[in-house]
Amino acid sequence: MNDHSHTPRTKPRYSATFDEYTLSEIRRAAATGIYDIRGAGAKRKVPHFDDLLFLGASMSRYPLEGYRERCGTDVVLGTRFAKKPIALKIPVTIAGMSFGSLSANAKEALGRGASAMGTSTTTGDGGMTDEERGHSTMLVYQYLPSRYGMNPDDLKRADAIEIVIGQGAKPGGGGMLLGQKITERVASMRTLPVGIDQRSACRHPDWTGPDDLEIKIEELREITDWEKPIYVKVGAARPYYDTALAVKSGADVVVVDGMQGGTAATQEIFIEHVGIPTLAAVRQAVKALQDLGMHRKVQLIVSGGIRNGADVAKALALGADAVAIGTAALVALGDNDPHYQAEYEALGTSAGAYDDWHEGRDPAGITTQDPALMARLDPVAAGRRLANYLAVLTLEAQTIARACGKSHVHNLEPEDLVALTIEAAAMANVPLAGTSWIPGSNGNF
Amino acid sequence: MNLVLSRAVPDAATHVDLATSSLRDLNSALHKLTSDTNETHWKVANPAGRHAIAAGLDAPVTVEINGPVGYYCGGMNKQAHIIIHGNAGVGVGENMMSGLIHVKGDASQSVGATGNGGLLIVDGNASARCGISMKGIDIVVKGSIGHMSAFMAQAGTLAVLGDAGEALGDSLYEARLFVRGSVASLGADCIEKEMREEHRALLAGKLAAAGILGEVDIGEFRRYGSARTLYHFHVDNVSSY
Repeated sequence: MNDHSHTPRTKPRYSATFDEYTLSEIRRAAATGIYDIRGAGAKRKVPHFDDLLFLGASMSRYPLEGYRERCGTDVVLGTRFAKKPIALKIPVTIAGMSFGSLSANAKEALGRGASAMGTSTTTGDGGMTDEERGHSTMLVYQYLPSRYGMNPDDLKRADAIEIVIGQGAKPGGGGMLLGQKITERVASMRTLPVGIDQRSACRHPDWTGPDDLEIKIEELREITDWEKPIYVKVGAARPYYDTALAVKSGADVVVVDGMQGGTAATQEIFIEHVGIPTLAAVRQAVKALQDLGMHRKVQLIVSGGIRNGADVAKALALGADAVAIGTAALVALGDNDPHYQAEYEALGTSAGAYDDWHEGRDPAGITTQDPALMARLDPVAAGRRLANYLAVLTLEAQTIARACGKSHVHNLEPEDLVALTIEAAAMANVPLAGTSWIPGSNGNF
Repeated sequence: MNLVLSRAVPDAATHVDLATSSLRDLNSALHKLTSDTNETHWKVANPAGRHAIAAGLDAPVTVEINGPVGYYCGGMNKQAHIIIHGNAGVGVGENMMSGLIHVKGDASQSVGATGNGGLLIVDGNASARCGISMKGIDIVVKGSIGHMSAFMAQAGTLAVLGDAGEALGDSLYEARLFVRGSVASLGADCIEKEMREEHRALLAGKLAAAGILGEVDIGEFRRYGSARTLYHFHVDNVSSY
């Protein structure tokens, strides 16, 4: 009876802690001695808008007819101080993405798509190109710590100014653009040597803290004769206080970007472990505005993981005035398209997972400066796809708003929402579905 | 428009008293000036440390400010000559593109931050982060400069007749730094470089532009620049990241 060949054996057991990805990262780190850099936002699963549901109309709420009764989607940004606020036809804008990280064709396509739908695009860490100005009827000019390409002429030809304190993918981190993408044109716009690995500062060079920011905003208003709306963008970290301080500093608009918001390049560990999810940030930002009596007076734009009209509607219901999309817009242009699966595999990845945007080898011609790859992206056709996608986001948000009996998407409210999980209920400050329980809150949080 | 202007005689300077006129009206009037304006000389009284005085100008005019200014005086300047008869607050001449800014007194932090062009002269001392992220501007400081000056400086020249504080030129790119006095310490990737004839000529040109060529011995200056070891990410540089 010493025959062990039939003794039952346990199956190989893989560690939940040391999972397949973790093991591969340890091996990569051991081989290279340097951290992993990638693009995009947090990929781990975090509480998100999927954890919320709309209740819709019923006996006590009257829905609107889908194809006959109007449901407004317009939003005006910059009504607090700017002489010339900007009026968007839809509550979805295009988030800041630089020429340099994106190809000129991609920037043009973003401008074409957004303009077709009556909304704005945003420059990035690298200055404004004539192409994006020319193809964007409304263009927001980012004012970043690096001030690459910053000049008063572009400031004056922008429709709004966005002072970037941080972004959701890396609150507290500066920019990064590796040498593969620092072509002669990109280098010239940034006053840098061609081909170097470019580091951007994480702090602004001439102000520190909200008291200084107030003076900086005053300067930008003086330079532009108080015409332009001034946004302040923060990565979601302490959204209640950051929003309050942005308002105190004189912002017309506050932009809060959650950890699912993308970046062109930064450390993987930064993306996944710093900052909080978008869902957790919205209500805190809204509460700060409400506590200051500034809700709807200072507009709130929320970004980070917006994918469909339900996400748009949920962000607005929680109190945002508009949302911004980045990653989803790139996907609409053609990023990570299965059409290029063989080429993604040649890069050691797969369509849908490709995030080495910093390497400049994007088969879709979007996150690259390679002329041959860039030529693959037809800016007219890609712009059309983006316009279509923006239209769908808007129609979907309207569908939900009408179902909740709202004649404008801004009339959506937290009362229209419930949460599927205790975590989401606590973060969004709405009841757990089927209950009247808002965990840990009693209306205060 | 509530600007109170006074011109004693034709072609004399246009006087603006900020005790009675608003900053907004002053800047608005200056922004309306065109390249062929006759109002080429402005005198501003009682600045009282106000911020953003003469910011965003784009005309070949001279603006003299009699007294101390606050933050961002002459910010993003193009073409204009701005003379400050007093001390300047944070970020004087920040991101200036061209023209001249001359601070007759001392200057606070971030002198000429991210400046792209033009000449910025400080007769006295400049505080920390002088020339931070400069992108082509020329800065001449007749006194000393504070710590972290020329941090991430990309292009342009910084000439200092006095001393420099700690961590000069940290993470420097291609800006050229000249210091006549002592340097408390150099920042990451900043090294002393040989002062060759071409550099002496370059420095002489900047000192001449500042009107002090011959007042100091160029042979007393030392040159500092980037070692360029941080231009590419490398594991051996991990302590600098």
